[in-house]
Amino acid sequence: MSEIQLWTTIFIVLSFGVYIYIAWRSRVSETESFYVARHGVPTVANGAAIAADWMSAASFISMAGLIAFLGSDGSVFLMGWTGGYVLLAMLLAPYLRKWGKYTVPEFVGERYSEGVRTLAAAAAIIISFTYVVGQMNGGGIVFSRFLGIGLTGGVLIAAGVIFLYAVLGGMKGITWTQVAQYTVLIIAYLIPAVAVAQQVTGLPIPQVSFGTILDELNAIGTQMGLEQYTEAFAQQPMIDAFLVTMALMIGTAGLPHVIIRFYTTRTVRGSRHSAFWALLFISILYTTAPAVGAFTKLNLLEGINGTPVNQLPTWIENWARTGLVSISQDTETINSVSDDPADKADMTINTDILVLASPEIAGLPAPIIGLVAAGGMAAALSTAAGLLLVISSSVSHDFYFRRIRKTADDNERLLVGRIAMGLAVVVAIVAGINPPAFVAEVVAFAFGLAACSFFPILVLGIFWKRCNAKGAAAGMVAGLAVTIPYMIYTLEVFGTAENEPILDVSPEGIGTIGAVVNFIVAIIVSKLTSHPPKHIEEMVENIRYPAATPRAGTRTTPGSGSAGGPEEGTS
Amino acid sequence: MTHSKHGEHSPPEGDWRREYWRKNLRLMVILLSIWFIVSFGCGILFVEQLNKIEIAGFPLGFWFAQQGAIYTFLVLILIYAVRMDRLDDEYGVSERDGDGERL
Repeated sequence: MSEIQLWTTIFIVLSFGVYIYIAWRSRVSETESFYVARHGVPTVANGAAIAADWMSAASFISMAGLIAFLGSDGSVFLMGWTGGYVLLAMLLAPYLRKWGKYTVPEFVGERYSEGVRTLAAAAAIIISFTYVVGQMNGGGIVFSRFLGIGLTGGVLIAAGVIFLYAVLGGMKGITWTQVAQYTVLIIAYLIPAVAVAQQVTGLPIPQVSFGTILDELNAIGTQMGLEQYTEAFAQQPMIDAFLVTMALMIGTAGLPHVIIRFYTTRTVRGSRHSAFWALLFISILYTTAPAVGAFTKLNLLEGINGTPVNQLPTWIENWARTGLVSISQDTETINSVSDDPADKADMTINTDILVLASPEIAGLPAPIIGLVAAGGMAAALSTAAGLLLVISSSVSHDFYFRRIRKTADDNERLLVGRIAMGLAVVVAIVAGINPPAFVAEVVAFAFGLAACSFFPILVLGIFWKRCNAKGAAAGMVAGLAVTIPYMIYTLEVFGTAENEPILDVSPEGIGTIGAVVNFIVAIIVSKLTSHPPKHIEEMVENIRYPAATPRAGTRTTPGSGSAGGPEEGTS
Repeated sequence: MTHSKHGEHSPPEGDWRREYWRKNLRLMVILLSIWFIVSFGCGILFVEQLNKIEIAGFPLGFWFAQQGAIYTFLVLILIYAVRMDRLDDEYGVSERDGDGERL
């Protein structure tokens, strides 16, 4: 076992031990705390948990690498995956918290109708499931490189741990585990980033110091056949950058596993402040990522530019074994590099490895490399656990309890939820080992679906009393009908042929158009049909004010606090 | 001033509600405009023009897209959360326990 493998094993075993211990300590038996962990989650901790829940293998492992090769055009991910929190904090979180139900489909069901709820539950399951597959695959990559076992083994280990603590702990366990996972992943991200910034520029604040290397990066990149790093729209037209950013933002605001976390706060006020803390914790990684991308790319290019193949740095050999780095056959000296095999450059690099390999590329010591591996696992595990919870609650609550057995008691629903989780894990293992498309494409799918289905009808449901069930159902169906066929048309999913995008709209950006269609159709259909029932208009009125009625003088209102949400009305 | 509106001689219930809601919407519209201008404006639509200005090595448009927009989002949410706390108090709809303490 090499030194790197030893340290990786130590960090992963240690961190897993902590997660499982926390999950076991906060195991629960009753339905309510299984899904929403009503009490005892402070705002700051909830913010950290949301951050870990949200930052997946894609954020930790893939994003900086994507930016390294996309340069300025990679900004769509940075803005898209943070800007959605502004929408969440102002348009959705406080109102859905006031409503205070278990799941997102639950809100849709009460605001609109049972039929719309079933549609929403199906969408929630599909979205969460496609996302889980990405996490399984990300976890698998970490294990197969650092422990020297195959991808299959890696995926199996990751899946086993996720299942264990998600099933044991429920939401409360997951919340505290995610706080621990956030701590692990942010330390693992920052230490190498700060060390590299110090090494390259002498200033250990990556966010500031990567400005000083941009000129150098532009110069060496051009020399090796790459686009100018800071040039906008070098690889993607403006209209597409706009649509993709918007789709990622409203997709973020519509993702069920993110929204559900705002139900965990004690008060409406807490949900607004949680959004702030969540974005603060997320920003620490998201403002560091472009710096990691820039520094790693510079180190990488300087290490290989003009280097004879037999004198390349050792990390290349390590990673070549995973097949994620390759050197073309008859190359003697490296003069060009690319992330796309079709470019036929001297060296081809899969962007997913850049973050994991960054300490090796910079020549940092083995313990740091082990720490980064543990961080990547923390990111994958925390997100997967949150997603499994959404799947389980949608199946047991929105399908089983609401549709099949209305008499099911707490224990029976918990059992159904756990079985659903188990099944989801098994299917996700299979899909994680044989992904139906590239991970990035699978994730694009999830965001597009969330953007075109949930976001419009949730916003309309809160801000427009006139919106009725027919409008919402028609809007959702229309949004999905625009988005799904276009994605299948432009992506290679389940073996379908890949076609050229129409009018420069990439499959990642189509969700924006789907969402606009959803809004328009929902408004027109609602206008043409009858008003929603009176009690629903009253419900909508009611969620707009944190406490039920204003307090006059010292008199306190019984309805204030509204902490009783889930107990009433759901049974 | 607003407090007197829901004293003993309350006008129709909807009055303070409409006012609270309008203020909330106005705050939201202002903050979301800034959200749009900074991210889609500075980071995408006008990025090329802004890139002609360079600060500490960063072309300005590039900086907005990779750093500035994120900092702005954070400040916007903080302003919203703090201003809404104040608005809730002003209209007496903040969540408090029996002793009037914030929950």
